[in-house]
Amino acid sequence: MSTDEGGMMLSQEETREIVSEIRHALNKGSVAIEALKVIQKYRGWVPDDAIEEVAGLLDMTPAELDSRATFYSLIFRQPVGKHVILICDSVSCWLMGYEDIKKHLIERLGIGMGETTGDGKFTLLPAACLGACDEAPAMMLNETLYTNLTPSRVDEILAKY
Amino acid sequence: MWTWNAARGKHDKDKMVTIFIENTPYNTREGKNLLHACLDLGFDIPYFCWHPALGSVGACRQCAVKQFRDDKDTKGKIIMSCMTPVKNGLRISIDDAEVSRFRASVIEWLMLNHPHDCPVCDEAGECHLQDMTVMTGHVYRKTLFSKRTYRNQYLGPFVNHEMNRCIQCYRCVRYYRDTAGGRDLNVFSAHDRVYFGRYKDGVLESEFSGNLVEICPTGVFTDATCKKYYTRPWDLQTAPSVCIHCSIGCNTLPGQRYGLLRRVRNRFNGEVNGYFLCDRGRYGYEFVNSPDRIRMPVLRRTGGNGSISTLASSEEVNAYFKDLFHFGTRAIGVGSPRASLESNFALRTLVGLESFYSGMSAADSRLISLITTILKNGPAPSPSLLDIAQADAVLVLGEDISNTGPRAALAVRQAVRQDAMKISDALDIPRWNDCAVKYAVRDAKSPLFIATPASTRLDDIALGTYRATPADIARFGFSIAHALHAKAPQAKGLSHDTHSLVNEIAKMLKEAEKPVILSGTGCRSEAVVQAAANIAWALNELGRHAGLCYVVPECNSLGLGLMGGGSIEEAFSEINSSDADTLIILERDLYGLYDKTTVDAFLKRIKHIIVLDCLPTETSSQAHLLLPAATFAEADGTFVNNEGRAQRFYKICAQSGEVRESWRWIIEMLRAAGNSDAFAMDSIDAINKKMAGDIPAFRTVADAAPAASFRINGMKIPRQPHRYSGRTSMHAHISVHEPKTIDDTGSPLAFSMEGYDGMPPPSLITRYWTPGWNSVQALDKYQSEVGGPLRGGNPGIRLFRSPEKGTSQYFRQVPEPAEGKPGEWLVIPLYHIFGSEQWSMISPSIAELAAKPYVALTGADMMRLNVADNDIVTVVCGGSSMNLPVHQIESLPQGVAGLPFGLPGMKWFDFLSWCRIVSPVKKEKRAGGHKKQ
Amino acid sequence: MIKEKPLTNNIRPGKPPLNVREYEMAGGYQGLRKAISSYEPEEITDLVVRSNLLGRGGGGFSAGRKWSLIPMGEKAPRTKYVIANTDEMEPGSFKDRYLIEGDPHQLVEGMIISGYAIQAEIGYIFLRKDYGRVAEKLQVAITEAYENHYLGRNIMGSGFNFKLSIHISAGRYICGEDTALLDALEGGRGIPRAKPPHTTTVGLWGKPTVVNNAETVCNIPHIVDKGVEWYRSLSHTDEGGTKIYGISGKVNRPGAWELPMGTTMREILEEHAGGMKQGFRFRGALPGGASSHFVTEEHLDTRMDFASMEKAGSRLGTGTIVLLDDSKCPVGMVLNLQQFFCRESCGWCTPCREGLPWIVRTLEAVEQGRGTREDIAMLQSHTSLLGTGNTFCALAPGAMFSLQSALSLFREDFEQHVDLERCPWKT
Repeated sequence: MSTDEGGMMLSQEETREIVSEIRHALNKGSVAIEALKVIQKYRGWVPDDAIEEVAGLLDMTPAELDSRATFYSLIFRQPVGKHVILICDSVSCWLMGYEDIKKHLIERLGIGMGETTGDGKFTLLPAACLGACDEAPAMMLNETLYTNLTPSRVDEILAKY
Repeated sequence: MWTWNAARGKHDKDKMVTIFIENTPYNTREGKNLLHACLDLGFDIPYFCWHPALGSVGACRQCAVKQFRDDKDTKGKIIMSCMTPVKNGLRISIDDAEVSRFRASVIEWLMLNHPHDCPVCDEAGECHLQDMTVMTGHVYRKTLFSKRTYRNQYLGPFVNHEMNRCIQCYRCVRYYRDTAGGRDLNVFSAHDRVYFGRYKDGVLESEFSGNLVEICPTGVFTDATCKKYYTRPWDLQTAPSVCIHCSIGCNTLPGQRYGLLRRVRNRFNGEVNGYFLCDRGRYGYEFVNSPDRIRMPVLRRTGGNGSISTLASSEEVNAYFKDLFHFGTRAIGVGSPRASLESNFALRTLVGLESFYSGMSAADSRLISLITTILKNGPAPSPSLLDIAQADAVLVLGEDISNTGPRAALAVRQAVRQDAMKISDALDIPRWNDCAVKYAVRDAKSPLFIATPASTRLDDIALGTYRATPADIARFGFSIAHALHAKAPQAKGLSHDTHSLVNEIAKMLKEAEKPVILSGTGCRSEAVVQAAANIAWALNELGRHAGLCYVVPECNSLGLGLMGGGSIEEAFSEINSSDADTLIILERDLYGLYDKTTVDAFLKRIKHIIVLDCLPTETSSQAHLLLPAATFAEADGTFVNNEGRAQRFYKICAQSGEVRESWRWIIEMLRAAGNSDAFAMDSIDAINKKMAGDIPAFRTVADAAPAASFRINGMKIPRQPHRYSGRTSMHAHISVHEPKTIDDTGSPLAFSMEGYDGMPPPSLITRYWTPGWNSVQALDKYQSEVGGPLRGGNPGIRLFRSPEKGTSQYFRQVPEPAEGKPGEWLVIPLYHIFGSEQWSMISPSIAELAAKPYVALTGADMMRLNVADNDIVTVVCGGSSMNLPVHQIESLPQGVAGLPFGLPGMKWFDFLSWCRIVSPVKKEKRAGGHKKQ
Repeated sequence: MIKEKPLTNNIRPGKPPLNVREYEMAGGYQGLRKAISSYEPEEITDLVVRSNLLGRGGGGFSAGRKWSLIPMGEKAPRTKYVIANTDEMEPGSFKDRYLIEGDPHQLVEGMIISGYAIQAEIGYIFLRKDYGRVAEKLQVAITEAYENHYLGRNIMGSGFNFKLSIHISAGRYICGEDTALLDALEGGRGIPRAKPPHTTTVGLWGKPTVVNNAETVCNIPHIVDKGVEWYRSLSHTDEGGTKIYGISGKVNRPGAWELPMGTTMREILEEHAGGMKQGFRFRGALPGGASSHFVTEEHLDTRMDFASMEKAGSRLGTGTIVLLDDSKCPVGMVLNLQQFFCRESCGWCTPCREGLPWIVRTLEAVEQGRGTREDIAMLQSHTSLLGTGNTFCALAPGAMFSLQSALSLFREDFEQHVDLERCPWKT
């Protein structure tokens, strides 16, 4: 995941993947969200010039594409760190100790919710119920789900990154 | 433009049902939604996201009412009236306590974040949110939490953005995207952070963006030009007027205060502009306020050292008239397709028909005459914009309507949605259920085909396009007519591909029930006009109800076509051959019609040149007597639009200085000449009476509006609202004496707050207001059915109707295949909504967006000339030559040079003639691509 | 009474899910075989109607009745679609993940049969982005199904074609609402749509579409394979089949179990979840996830099926119970719930968009001891103002269930926060 400002043209891989999505779709506009996820896969977030270029590929205007991008909570329109921590703050995790985990993460990382560590390594974001309620509290780190969290388990997990 | 007519999709035309409101039965027409039905019945239900032109979406929840199962049900349930179809036996309560509280809660929710901006907000006084707040009775704020705020965007010179005021009704994006076809305004983010704006700051791209200021129910989108000289809406003096910036004749409501025109708003005409104007019409008004306005007569005397101009007093003017007319002068008059019927007719009466010239070039004159004949005598009727919006197939032949008649282009955008609604009709989805219709219909469109020399702004919704020279477009059109009806002549030598296209279009037109053919004078080609007629007539032979619409150059071109009069060329020759020594030029700049040498020579031969105009032009600088003519803002008169509809406009403000309607000056000339007609023609009504008698085409012109003597219960209709303020203190810095109200003797309107405050006849509506409805939504009450025609009918009168069934005498002169000339380019005009029309360009907002002079070529031609985009070349055409930058327009045919029509700074060019293009002498051969160094 | 557990039969916790061969050997794709060889499409729908399978996403609408609204026959609009709603984001719900991760082929088979029943040629599984593990396993199963000609053209020589693919969302709870899901699937913003017209008339791309919850779809193969009578016999009540029930909170064994439809809350809590953890007492529960009404001790013997729960003043919802224990503040719990709904509002209609943030700020004030009695009255009135029909979709009314029941059942806790000017649970 890049922490660059993202000011670059679409890479070959990005273009190839988006074009492949278009080929399987009913019409170009319908793969808007897929295309945004492709960009995010390679860059960690979706910068403005990616919006503009992808819109062109999909025969959309930047306004039309950004209208969708800004709706979805998991499309990041601002830079994120190398690793994104999504901590579930829904009711089951709340009942099972979310606030302690959150406090611990904030202290450990030295940042607040929505912020990125100074070294660009971690971004801390809230997530809606991750569907791991029987193993609460839970969080996702990038694409991996971690459950049954305790402060020490959190430390172990963070050490792996 | 979605209208109530369109809502009659599937249901029986006039099937009535009974609904119960507060247990009282009411009859209403089936097919409406409940909100619409209740508003029509006179009930006041608050609403935001519903709009007669946009349909219902059910987002705001403001229109809630209570529905009951039967008369025993006391609990009921809350429903949204805009989303509920009217059904027989439907039982509701509007006043039910629970639902009234709910409606007040909706306002309360909106007020949680709405800023207390009323004292500083442009919208205050005509704000729909204010009205609905009062209507629901919500008063006190119960919370102490802070309000969310947004950052505003720069959206261009027309529309101001103030997002904090947004109540998220979604009207703006629905209008802008679905009605106007714009793609750069959208909704962003989610939950209570939704934001309406552009992707980034920048000028709104749609030429209909100005309608946002009336669609938005709060002050998010407001008129940026009005902001500069802001006046409260209740302090504006308003009167019904007609737009002068093109031939469509949209109805307007300009507003004035302290002698300055502040803004132009839409005036509903259900058959012409409906709810919407184009930006040129809305923002082109600032020329009225120009400091360069001619406000006093000017006498120019040539003496030993050249000429001296001095302001002339009225005595001097009268003396001039007496010298000239009383003692008999041979005068010729050049009228104007931009001036009112009355002014033109007065001039015609003064100089006599044989010496009256229409102010049109020979080419225009022939085109207008041809069009007038076609519309009057041929079996295809001239459709209104409402008809066009409901057409199920459209062919545009030769005319770039987005730039020459923009409001018609908006109607075409509605037309392509109509046929597709058959899909939603079949699924039992009422047409007012906006979102559901869209989900069912998707991108399905009625067919639109565009044949123009260059690409147009409507191409994005067209099924296909055909790009060719005017002559080839005509041949294309003739072939379509032939494909429809073998008796119509065909063009020979069409390529195989073009032939298939012809057949495809003929098929598409044949399968439609109400196709419309749109053409005009834009191509400067009679053959194109004839081809369009042939197509419409061929369709009528096949039993279709085809409409034939021509866009013509000016706001009164068709009026002059009906009035008669020779062309300017004929005026030139009369001067050469006769003893005419006086020339009267009415509101026309001859230098815009012909090359300088010809006009100079013409004017030099004349001893006495009298010019009437509102702003200085090159022609007016040649006048011996220059008379200050009123603009539309200070004049009463009649224009005939491209449809053949005569529409009356009224002065917004009293005349100041010596400015008066041109016809008043001419009446003075008639008086000086001792002409007995002068004494009969002392008012609009009198002039119209004589016009109707002298010219059969104008037999019904007086029916466009009530006579000046019209009163309601003895009262006139006020131009000022009853809250007009400062009346007694406005001039206190000059004099503390309250000035006498200026009397308007020429119309039923008054420059006053006093008068009849009810609903006047539709052509006399000066503003929309009823108790509790201060915003433009008050218009609802002025319509016989919300969204439908005004009570009393839509203003204006069609001067002619096409015969029911005529014999289609097809035009038979099909042009030969166009041949290029080696080394030369065919000069065609390219039109610009911002730029091609003279007076609107004086508005800084419009000038800011206008094109600059250029010559357009296709890429292949640019390569032949070895030039790149923006290189300067010299265009030599006839006597004119000009240095211009090259713009690449790929859609242009080869061998065609497109020159912008009417742009300030452009010399006069003879369109449809040939030109040479000289590339710069010093040329480095560019290796490889043609990129700018 | 030993009842069968068809839905979870193949699930082996800690082990990878059955591959296609294993699934077949366990009786998989028999339902599909039967459907295609022995039944006309309309007959399958009839089976499902008679089985009284009610929508497991929380709506409780008869799945078969929904299918029967789809236009059939030669003149029906094409293409039709079936969609499995696996956007499971209801706080407290984890049953769909459990089922699909555990036995992905079951969902695949259910989708194919559903497609056959309404003659839809394209199926989508709408999966939330966070279920990456689920997506991987599901994709493997789909690929296997194609390879074994359960998907694709001319399935089992029947002439029926069916394509199935996964669509992964990009967040937003509202996408779990059936019509908003369609919007998201089409590449739009995920805003719900007004009904009528229903998705069975105007659905995906304007065509007839059935959207079912994933758990609902998983029931289909078994209904066809073993028949209606068997299916209805699995239940305690006349709502057919089994249900995946779950519990989260301070119980000894939080988890999910397949049990007969109509099992009581008490049985789930005490027998399967092993009762409250040491040191914690039961105070209340949300039986159906976040969008359900609190119940207390006295309701524990209510049967957890749709009709019984409604009679008891709550709703079955997703059937995954969230437990409030006595160590947690009820006001805090309600605040957490409302914060979730407020953040997930799509922003389309006024009451939800503006009302929920107001509720959250008021609850925050109450929870932090800054509240007044008027605040409680304001919260109370909002529970009816944001009722069903007053808003555009069911998100806000769903949010009000917990608030309304909490104000009723835990009224003293709210008033204590006001009177003491602090939260009694915070030291």
